[in-house]
Amino acid sequence: MIAALELKGLSKSFGALRANDDIDLSIREHECHAIIGPNGAGKSTLIGLLTGEILPDRGQVLLFGEDITHWSVPRRALAGLGRSFQITQIVPGFSALDNVALAVQGRSGHSFQFVADARADMRLRAPAIEALEQVGLSARADVMSEILSHGERRQLELAMALALKPRVLLLDEPMAGMGPQESALMVQRLIALKGQVTIVLIEHDMDVVFALADRVSVLVAGQVLTSGTPDEVRADRRVRAAYLGGEVA
Amino acid sequence: MMRQRGLFVLLLLAFIAVPFIAGALGNTYMITMATRVLICAMVAVSLDLLVGWGGLVSFGHAAFFGLGGYVVAIAATHATQGGDIFGWGGTNEALIAWPLAMLVSAGAALVIGALSLRTSGVYFIMITLAFAQMLYFVFVALKVYGGDDGLSMTSRNLLAGARITDARSFYWICLILLAVVVALVGRLLNARFGLVLRGAKASERRMAALGFPVYRYRLVAFVIAGAIAGLAGALWANLGRFAAPDMLSWLRSGEFLVMVILGGSASLLGPVLGAAVFLILETQLAAHTEHWQVIFGPLVVLAALYMPMGLWGYVRGRSS
Ligand SMILES: Nc1ncnc2c1ncn2[C@@H]1O[C@H](COP(=O)(O)OP(=O)(O)OP(=O)(O)O)[C@@H](O)[C@H]1O
Ligand SMILES: [Mg+2]
Repeated sequence: MIAALELKGLSKSFGALRANDDIDLSIREHECHAIIGPNGAGKSTLIGLLTGEILPDRGQVLLFGEDITHWSVPRRALAGLGRSFQITQIVPGFSALDNVALAVQGRSGHSFQFVADARADMRLRAPAIEALEQVGLSARADVMSEILSHGERRQLELAMALALKPRVLLLDEPMAGMGPQESALMVQRLIALKGQVTIVLIEHDMDVVFALADRVSVLVAGQVLTSGTPDEVRADRRVRAAYLGGEVA
Repeated sequence: MMRQRGLFVLLLLAFIAVPFIAGALGNTYMITMATRVLICAMVAVSLDLLVGWGGLVSFGHAAFFGLGGYVVAIAATHATQGGDIFGWGGTNEALIAWPLAMLVSAGAALVIGALSLRTSGVYFIMITLAFAQMLYFVFVALKVYGGDDGLSMTSRNLLAGARITDARSFYWICLILLAVVVALVGRLLNARFGLVLRGAKASERRMAALGFPVYRYRLVAFVIAGAIAGLAGALWANLGRFAAPDMLSWLRSGEFLVMVILGGSASLLGPVLGAAVFLILETQLAAHTEHWQVIFGPLVVLAALYMPMGLWGYVRGRSS
């Protein structure tokens, strides 16, 4: 079966620092693939290489077999690569619904329309409301996005990514800064997505990773140390030495 | 929203009242002054599309204003005094000259924008400034069209063949055009295009991740703003029957920016208010002292410090 994402020898250096060093990785369709690793291991850099925000020094990225290595960020997004940001990126002054509607607008053709009121356009509003319901934020649809709590903003992030109807969802620490309860709810929501969309998940919380991931890749100093099922990774001595340490007994 | 509409109507009524008040006072200068406000307001509204709504601080907007002015002045010169430009004998007809002014300014904005928008932040400010100064020196050096001294028009453009002789008719034309510009920009800002432009101001990364090629949307905004400034320049040249290099100078660009910030950026009508207050203050102060800038400068700084949302934000806050 063709991989959802195929990374071949991806490398990216910042000066002398090899942030990503010859990474080979295959993400299967509909799996949830977690990428773990200590701070500075190169996880966000890898996400950047996948979204196109960072261009690799070497290597290739294939999306469902198609070489997208040199594609721009928006082109990749339209090809089905959705993402959430480690630090939320929302539009202040726009309501939660406006923000999600913008995502719907993104995938519905060009936006060189200058007259009709976009906020009265049900073709944008209806799918946006649906995405908000999916993440449990529909009650806050009309609240200005900058007034939302931190946890709600993270939900909004997810709603925007989902509204793009992505084939692959890249989530960079979707639970970052959330309280335990919010975090648990988010895990429930992501579990509900499993099997519908391919997910690449970056997450520090091992409980979350082991609850969600079908497979785990461990990144250390820019290199893939190992890939496998959660149990395999948990049992791997090198992983415990390099990363997990005492965290997982 | 209702309050916004109320203030809009109030502002419109004030502008409509001007010719009648001026007539009652027998003060024709007042109409000229108010026409200047309308024209500068048009530039400020177009500049705010970039600065306030798009987060693109252009320091070269006067270039498009000046180009528009020169297009009508050059066309009128050939029409009345013979000669041609690129084989074209010119025209004195507003219905041709004004759209042409918009077209030329839009074309210049397309080129300048295409290059400038590859940068951002301070670099964008500097590069737009540099392009405008380049055009400024082109017109200074263009001796055929008056060089330093500028280019006079023997009369105002004809509007569909009719002469626009009195100050009042010209004022009404400017007011109608400003109202149309404000209405169109207002629509645009809430249409799909406007939302993309505003979203990109908040987060370019986010908009790209949602599939928007942000650069293209910004470039189109830059061209639209340039075209509007070009129309305003055409009106300005008609008002004084004169186009000069100083229309394109960085001082002008700076003044337009001050109007936007003073009035309140990203507020649609704030820049109109800003243009009015700017010009009225300027003439009042200049009447009292030739060193008016010494007073005006600090006033603007104070306004920026104590009214971060500009006059418009202040007025709107008060009336609630
Ligand atoms: N634009 C950049 N310029 C220079 N160095 C960078 C840049 N981006 C990342 N780095 C460096 O590359 C390394 C990998 O960074 P990256 O953000 O990918 O790590 P990470 O695994 O996401 O870390 P964290 O868990 O803290 O989010 C770090 O040492 C970082 O300092
Ligand atoms: Mg990171």
